[in-house]
Amino acid sequence: MKPAPFGYVDPTSVDEVLDVLTSEGEGAKVLAGGQSLLPLLSMRLAAPTTLVDINRVPGLDQISAGRDGVRVGALVRHAQLLASSEAADVQPLLGRATANVAHPAIRNRGTTVGSIAHADPSGEMTAVLALTDGSVTVATPDGRETIGWGDFFLGPLETSVHGPAVVLDAFFPALPERSGTAFAEIARRKGDYAVCGAGVVVTLDADRRVSSARAAYLSVGLVPEVHDLTDAVVGQPVDTADWTAAGELARGLVDPDGDLHASADYRRLLVATLTARTLADAGAEAARRTA
Amino acid sequence: MTTKFFGEPVRRREDARLIIGQGRYLDDIGSGAYAAAFVRSPYAHARVLDIDVSAAMDVEGLLAIYTYEDLTGPLAEPLPVLIPHPQLTAPRTGYPLVKDVAQHVGEPIVMVVATDRYIAEDAAGLIEISYEELPVVVGVDAAEAAEHTVHDDVPDNIAARHHQETGDVEAALAASAHTFSFTQYFERSASMPMEGKGVHARWDDADSSLRVYSSTQASTSVRAAIAAKLELSMEKVEVIAPDVGGGFGVKIVHPWPEELLVPMAARRLGHEVKWTEDRREHFISSAHERQQRQEITVGYDDDGRITALDVLVWHDNGAYTPYGIIVPINTATQLCGPYDIPVYRARVNSVYTNTVIVTPYRGAGRPQGTFAMERTMDRIAQERGIDRALVRERNLIQPDQFPYDWGLTFQDGRPLIYDSGDYPAMMAKLKVLVDWDGFAARRAEAEARGKLLGIGMAPYVEGTGPGPYEGAHVQVLGSGKVLVSTGLTSQGQGHETVFAQLAAAELGVPLEDVVVTTGDTRRFGYAVGTFASRAAVVSGNAVALAARGVKEKALRIAAEVLEADPADLEIDEGLVQVKGTPGASIPLRTVAVLSNPLRYAFDEAARQATQFSGPGDDSKPPVAVGDAPGLEHTDYYSPLRSTFASGAHAVVVEIDPATWEIAIEQYAVVHDCGTIINPMIVEGQVHGGVAQGVGGALYERMAYDRDGQLTNASFMDFLMPYSSEVPDVDIDHQSTPSPLNELGIKGAGEAGVIPGSAAIASAIEDAVGRRIAAMPISPTELYDLVRSDAERVTNSSPHDSGAMA
Repeated sequence: MKPAPFGYVDPTSVDEVLDVLTSEGEGAKVLAGGQSLLPLLSMRLAAPTTLVDINRVPGLDQISAGRDGVRVGALVRHAQLLASSEAADVQPLLGRATANVAHPAIRNRGTTVGSIAHADPSGEMTAVLALTDGSVTVATPDGRETIGWGDFFLGPLETSVHGPAVVLDAFFPALPERSGTAFAEIARRKGDYAVCGAGVVVTLDADRRVSSARAAYLSVGLVPEVHDLTDAVVGQPVDTADWTAAGELARGLVDPDGDLHASADYRRLLVATLTARTLADAGAEAARRTA
Repeated sequence: MTTKFFGEPVRRREDARLIIGQGRYLDDIGSGAYAAAFVRSPYAHARVLDIDVSAAMDVEGLLAIYTYEDLTGPLAEPLPVLIPHPQLTAPRTGYPLVKDVAQHVGEPIVMVVATDRYIAEDAAGLIEISYEELPVVVGVDAAEAAEHTVHDDVPDNIAARHHQETGDVEAALAASAHTFSFTQYFERSASMPMEGKGVHARWDDADSSLRVYSSTQASTSVRAAIAAKLELSMEKVEVIAPDVGGGFGVKIVHPWPEELLVPMAARRLGHEVKWTEDRREHFISSAHERQQRQEITVGYDDDGRITALDVLVWHDNGAYTPYGIIVPINTATQLCGPYDIPVYRARVNSVYTNTVIVTPYRGAGRPQGTFAMERTMDRIAQERGIDRALVRERNLIQPDQFPYDWGLTFQDGRPLIYDSGDYPAMMAKLKVLVDWDGFAARRAEAEARGKLLGIGMAPYVEGTGPGPYEGAHVQVLGSGKVLVSTGLTSQGQGHETVFAQLAAAELGVPLEDVVVTTGDTRRFGYAVGTFASRAAVVSGNAVALAARGVKEKALRIAAEVLEADPADLEIDEGLVQVKGTPGASIPLRTVAVLSNPLRYAFDEAARQATQFSGPGDDSKPPVAVGDAPGLEHTDYYSPLRSTFASGAHAVVVEIDPATWEIAIEQYAVVHDCGTIINPMIVEGQVHGGVAQGVGGALYERMAYDRDGQLTNASFMDFLMPYSSEVPDVDIDHQSTPSPLNELGIKGAGEAGVIPGSAAIASAIEDAVGRRIAAMPISPTELYDLVRSDAERVTNSSPHDSGAMA
């Protein structure tokens, strides 16, 4: 449980980070909060030649909440995002999902962008990025580039970013009007990786009828999955919408694997249950915002 | 004795030190020590063909690499079978390093020593071992089938056939009005102390002596083992258990390979060497417990009274049997709990598998036995349509039946005789505590919310405080400080507090004057160890006896000074005084000074005891014949046989039928450990035990795959419950003092864990109406169960009338 030897640099600008990543090549790994990377190092499941610690790069620890969405810098800790009422006002899913990330000690150190760059399909923030149709900003020696979530996540722990590159921020678009959200997950122990989790957005029309119902799931696929469940409830008055039907629709759309903690069948059950429950909550919130 | 401090909820004296980081655990010792790391078998069963260390030799900082070939003398022999038993007919133990065949994943093959642990692990990673993989046996069913064998020379994989009976069970079953049989399983878990094992050794070349620190529950015996294996004379070896971050049984096993190899390396290298176990090592190379298959047949009458009980247990003992068959004996002899069972037979087949060894983990075979007995009780209740509490009440041993002699032999080799208890009163308290009779209303309220509520109960009896003995030394210094030391070790139970309470109560001194040292062979050389809920019973009585010896001497000396009869003296707040005569007194610290006649006055207090300080009695020697200088006394307590503590748990679970999550709504415990020294500490022990019981019932399992790989060897996937998963515990005490020891104490350490799985299984079964045939159970398994064709179960409420037949 001791890491193999590695080099360590802590540059103070994005350009320097990219310089180091370029000169060190494939063996270099960016270190932000370290909550996923350091255990991998200690178990010798990862053995990078150099850790490029970005914690001294100024300007990356900002949350900027604007009318169009929330931009979260690469050094923003989960706890910081959880505490941001400005972020929650623009996109309530951010706080709701972050509250489910592990335990306070991990939230104090781990970063939101780091967990997205880690691309773990059981991560809360990967699902939220997908559900909100978000994107990331990636810096490479050729410049900065915005990559939509669909093009970013390729597989478990795998993104489309290769070579010398660092994710600078993640952008979560604002919650549309007449919409509500909810997020829930089921874990074996409080704060564990979810056995299954769901985030949802419900949007109503001016008559308080459901016009859109979308859900993203944790721990049910290889990459974050967003499913459009609108068909099950479209046009239904929000107060009497058949959320259970939407849950059943979702149950048929997912194709989870089984593992030690949950069979595939059990995960499908949880998808149905969590979908129905979160949609009901999100629908109620949407109704309040459509007053 | 005075009652001051005895029975009081004194706050734990060790906590402040431990909580603020001033504890001294194994890894806090020897910052300059060389570090050891081990190459462990990645296969569950494999012959080692070749070990190539050439690549590792180039690592800078490497100091030594040891394989089996480097072991000499007794070290090259198999590790000891610590507790031999005539029915353990095929005992097998490993070598400190694998000699030929690795029998489980994690068995150590190569030891690497380097200047630090990082480098040791770098070098270990470069050692190439070639193996011939052999067929793997995992689980009791595969062991019984014996298609493959773990040890070549044990063709049926059976290490021991343990058999005890109280009568002709087959005849009794044939004569029973009703019988049924069933089979059930219990899974593996483990002690999982926060601090793993660890060893630090320092060899003094000039003195040819060895000091070893080990995170152990048995330092005196580790000392003897090291002396024997390293061919050192006992006085040249000292072993100290520093602060130990939990044991729960795993650290009673000894000598672990590392406890021999680290001292060996320290001696050979002439330098301190340390090994601190990491969590993965703990999972794959320390001990586990609990897997059994139980085949149960019971006979009973119309009222649900048991007439005969026959149990066949297949017990997984893992790859080796260093701790003998203590765990299966506990299952066999403690299974019947508080019930009066006329004819009982237990047969246990203890079998080898290619998995980590199985040795006692808190409860040590009793949770499995209780699971067998209590599931039987629930079934009888269901078969007869009788309330589950009523069936249990009808079968209880009555208070006038003590001492209750089972005619069986307990794990200490002594007769199994329950010394005392009041089981009907205990069950009555439990029913009140959990409101058993009012449960129907709670269930209805939950149903209205769409939730399934269930209730279960399980009593148990636990043999505690076995011998052979423990001792204690108590000494009053001239400063007034009172030193108490035991050879028995501590792993967080609160011995610093309760032993101080006992000494302070006996001696009449303030608690803060008492300093307790445990598990240091420099201070006390004779001890057995901390296990089987025995510290308070055995060491507690020894401390009281030793303190009483000191008091007698103090009163004798003080009587001379005060010109009084010792019988007229008392000690209070450290002052020896004539009862009812204010002013006629002498401080105990002065008595301590006077107890040691001196020639030299090294400080002010000592002057009082020097030869010209006052008129002496010239007709007597300064130290009387048969007396000894100093105000100290050593004494021992050796119990006739074990004391039998008891308790009963009841649990209410709420299940969400949309997710099958299982929430514990209420957990009630009635606990009887005889006379209580410190109720706060007893309750803490109960809380901790309940936490481990909940873990074993709902979260923890050692998930071996068919290849013998432990697939969840980390805290990410081995689900030890967090505080968020552990319920609040409602506790009610009962006290039936043990007649076997003067203090009336029975043990309390393991009790909390014992009935957890039995009570929780009962509650879940009650909630979902399906038969549970294996524990632990998780939500995904519960979902499978309710969709399966498992037998449906109906429990009667307390208000339904008696038997149906």
